[in-house]
Amino acid sequence: MADRAEVVFVDGVRTPFGRAGEKGMYWNTRADDLVVKAMIGLLERNPSVPGERIDEVAIAATTQTGDQGLTLGRTAALLSGLPKSVPGFAIDRMCAGAMTAVTTLGAGIGFGAYDLAIAGGVEHMGRHPMGSGVDPNPRFLSERLVSEDALNMGATAERIHDRFPSYTKERSDRFALRSQQKVAAAYAADKIQPDLVSVAIRSETGWGLATTDEAPRPETTMEGLASLKTPFRPHGRITAGNASGLNDGASACLLASGKAAKDLGLNVKMKMVSFAFAGVEPEVMGLGPVPSTEKALRKAGLSITDIGLFELNEAFAVQVISFLDHFGIDDEDPRVNEYGGAIAIGHPLASSGVRLMNQLARQFSEHPEVRYGLTAMCIGLGQGGTVIWENPNFNRKASKR
Amino acid sequence: MSNYSELDFTPLIELSADEVVTHSYVRDVPLSGGKTLALVTLDNGRDHTRPNTLGPITLLEFGMTMDLLRERAALGDIHGVAVTGKPFILAAGADLSKVSEIPSLATGKLLAQLGHYALGKQAELGVPSFVFINGLALGGGLEIALNADYRTVDATVPAIALPEVSLGLIPGWGGSYLLPNLIGIENALKVIIENPLKHRVLKAADAIELGIADVQFASAMFLEQSIKWADGVISGTTKVSRPNAPGKVERLVKWDVAVGIARKMLESRIGTVARSPYIALDLLKAAKSGTRQEGFEREDDSLAELIAGDQLQASIYAFNLVQKRAKRPAGAPDKALARPIKKVGVIGAGLMASQFALLFVRRLRVPVVITDLDQARVDKGVAYIHSEILALETKNRISSDEANRLRALVTGTTDKAQFADADWVIEAVFEELGVKQDVFAEMEKHIAPDAILATNTSSLSVEQIGAKLAHPERLVGFHFFNPVAIMPLIEVVNTPETNDATLSTAMVVAAKLRKNAVITRDTPGFVVNRLLAKLLGEAMHAVDTGTPFDVVDGSLAPFGMPMTPFELLELVGLKVGAHVLDTHHAAFPDRFFDSTNLHRLAEYGTILERDAKGKIKGFDKGAIKIVAGGTTPMTGEQILRRVEDGLADEIKRMLDDGVVHAAEDIDLCMILGANWPFQMGGITPYLDRVGASERVFQGTFHTPPIRGVGAELEPAGHTTATTSGD
Repeated sequence: MADRAEVVFVDGVRTPFGRAGEKGMYWNTRADDLVVKAMIGLLERNPSVPGERIDEVAIAATTQTGDQGLTLGRTAALLSGLPKSVPGFAIDRMCAGAMTAVTTLGAGIGFGAYDLAIAGGVEHMGRHPMGSGVDPNPRFLSERLVSEDALNMGATAERIHDRFPSYTKERSDRFALRSQQKVAAAYAADKIQPDLVSVAIRSETGWGLATTDEAPRPETTMEGLASLKTPFRPHGRITAGNASGLNDGASACLLASGKAAKDLGLNVKMKMVSFAFAGVEPEVMGLGPVPSTEKALRKAGLSITDIGLFELNEAFAVQVISFLDHFGIDDEDPRVNEYGGAIAIGHPLASSGVRLMNQLARQFSEHPEVRYGLTAMCIGLGQGGTVIWENPNFNRKASKR
Repeated sequence: MSNYSELDFTPLIELSADEVVTHSYVRDVPLSGGKTLALVTLDNGRDHTRPNTLGPITLLEFGMTMDLLRERAALGDIHGVAVTGKPFILAAGADLSKVSEIPSLATGKLLAQLGHYALGKQAELGVPSFVFINGLALGGGLEIALNADYRTVDATVPAIALPEVSLGLIPGWGGSYLLPNLIGIENALKVIIENPLKHRVLKAADAIELGIADVQFASAMFLEQSIKWADGVISGTTKVSRPNAPGKVERLVKWDVAVGIARKMLESRIGTVARSPYIALDLLKAAKSGTRQEGFEREDDSLAELIAGDQLQASIYAFNLVQKRAKRPAGAPDKALARPIKKVGVIGAGLMASQFALLFVRRLRVPVVITDLDQARVDKGVAYIHSEILALETKNRISSDEANRLRALVTGTTDKAQFADADWVIEAVFEELGVKQDVFAEMEKHIAPDAILATNTSSLSVEQIGAKLAHPERLVGFHFFNPVAIMPLIEVVNTPETNDATLSTAMVVAAKLRKNAVITRDTPGFVVNRLLAKLLGEAMHAVDTGTPFDVVDGSLAPFGMPMTPFELLELVGLKVGAHVLDTHHAAFPDRFFDSTNLHRLAEYGTILERDAKGKIKGFDKGAIKIVAGGTTPMTGEQILRRVEDGLADEIKRMLDDGVVHAAEDIDLCMILGANWPFQMGGITPYLDRVGASERVFQGTFHTPPIRGVGAELEPAGHTTATTSGD
């Protein structure tokens, strides 16, 4: 029997996120190169980790084909210069790919199968647009297993507005504006940059270097948001301004057993407490984080009031609002998405989970009064995922102040 | 002192209308502390199969880019400049496609000056300059990097070199001055003189060891890490040490000695005819002292002189033959006609046959079966092949899995039934017509009707070898050169009977063996042996008529050949040499000499006197005695004239007779099969420029002749070299 172990998040990095498409900064950069650069950046930051001690590499992507296919975890390990003895595999749970990589490898560590593992994700939505190459089973529609809207994420978000008339478009826009403002402030305070791995980018007019996210629009105003088109419905509520965009990017993190981290003298940024995934109606997939969070809290023996920091993926403003509303948290609660979120930074699907963790880890280091935080996200086809983390910097005295 | 910025480069621009321009694209990259690096990408917009090259328009654009960056640096807008290339390529050097059109010495000098003008600006930016060597960096490509303050290199770069002297050039855009002052004279001699002669290039690790680059990074994050490193240098946190940079002592004590040693090595290896290596030596010697500007001006003058001369033009012609024509052989049928080779049979198990078997199994990785008269010979052949495979394995040239695979593919038998499923059968049996005819006729009973038969004959008629075959259309000549593993040429002999499928298969097989094949007609000696027989026959004839050995040897010095006639005779073996002369005399009795003396020398065993290490000291006294008695000795000039005219005559006949498609194929054969030098362009450019073609057939092999513009200004041809005739 393997010994059960404590699971810790040692470190995480990501590439700057780019805008998808021909004009985006990664148009000429391969998807696998993005995640490889993230992994190399991660390993460089942790030089005391011997490559041959990595027991597993799990890399997620939603569209696993072409430069984003071929058993990414294994190919990325080889391309990163890890020893050939290091195994790897690929993971897909759409938006929660990297999160699932973390929970899967975390579970393996907890079980005692791994000491050290690299989890991450990549999505090059420019080279692999959402839904490209899919062939949904006709039974989904013929047997009305899901409505037509279920496969169109914007339509599912409109449906949340339908279900909760109190979530107005104006409320979504205000949330989106705050996200842009918080990201701008976080950049100004150098909260984001330390966990970014710069990427050399080629264009027709020479090499450049991606050092910051391409998507944020700090100049956003309420008036501007109000004037945007609603592409999913005439006179709808979802716009490019209150939803995350289409992006390219990759992330990677190092997980360890508590013992391995101690033996190698690794700094621990977070401890995994519990995780859960849960399903909801695919037509309102944005509600997924509600049941997954309830489940994760139950597994952890915690209540929502124990959570001091939230990193919620902003697939759509309305979808985050639905989560906050369910748990009785104000839209502008300072515990939520302190550095802003995907509406500004972007959401390269399978890579976003680790971005949430990177940001929560940094917030933990600055909030010793907080003991628990959570990362959560909604997932296409009606799922939610939640991971609850404990802050190793937690200080009882600080919490009483 | 010339001020490069005052020069008018218009004459060069006029030559460059169709230049594939390598552009200099600038993008700003943020560094720490709010600083900025201007990152310049060299990119000609093509893929890696058309590398970046540096022509006049490219250089002017690069220079203008550097001017703009200097202005920005002065404004505090940028804090460093770095240059890198497109994927896999920094730059493959100067664009030489227009060198043959340079109309005057002055224009040639402008080309040298333009390189200095443009690349040299990297040293005058007012901020640190870097070159990130991301890929191939040859010649002027590497000189871009040498002109910068700092260099990083991608650990996977396979080719970094200054190959100029092998092309009749010198590193003339700063390399000859900058390199020894960066990495020391001995290292620089290795890079500029020694490596080009051995056709060697440096890998990234070599460049680091020599001190050409300051630091190397893995390819996956090469640019990112180079930028980070440059950031450290600019901010002062990274210090760069250059342990190989020459100090005072090296300049005072070592420098001239090292150049002297290199000069002696050169003289013994290639003689003194090729000019560019010696000019490079002079430049390296002079680089010991003086300013950068003085060094650059010396390079300007030397490069101009070479561009105007004949040797560079012939060398570029030769280079293009080897690089381009060799890869697209004239007259080759459609590759699709080639028969797939899934099993190879080798008739014979002697040394030559075993070398064939080894080469075929290594390159084709299909079963190779060898056969001979009895089991003992077969076993010996297989054992030899296995021992060679083991040697490759021991030297880590192949993995143990690969060695196992190859060993298992090689078998020996005396049972010809085992050749039944061979697709390609090559013979290397005794060089006698009857023997070869019978061997093939016997083999034909066992093999498929369309299996290919190949003969390695060097002197017999391939068509006659196939006289007893039921299917002579499947027979082709496949003439290797010794040593089989090293010499790059195969003469593929196309008989009147040979069909296209057979010829195509031979060409495809040659390519798979990584050899260059030239198609020849089935005429005596094909190309290489016929011309060597002409040259050696004339040399022996001179001896036979009473000319001393040393006069004969010296008479051909103006060719600048890798070996004198008698060294060559000893290398191929005196018996073989005598046989070659005999067969050519038999074929062309009025034009080719045989030599009784050579048979006697073969019996005796040697011509040259050598010391214990094999170094030539002179001529063997016994040999001199054997050949004594001739009464009508010739002068060196007479011999040279006879050889030049004889070769011109023979080549003209070969071309008229369609032995090969063009003079270019003759030259390609002589370069690849006999190591005849680039500076001669093989042979026909040389024969044109010394007037032999004109004397013999009142024309030239090339129109216009392959000559430098300055040719009229210099004494033409061999009068510049020493002869020891009288």
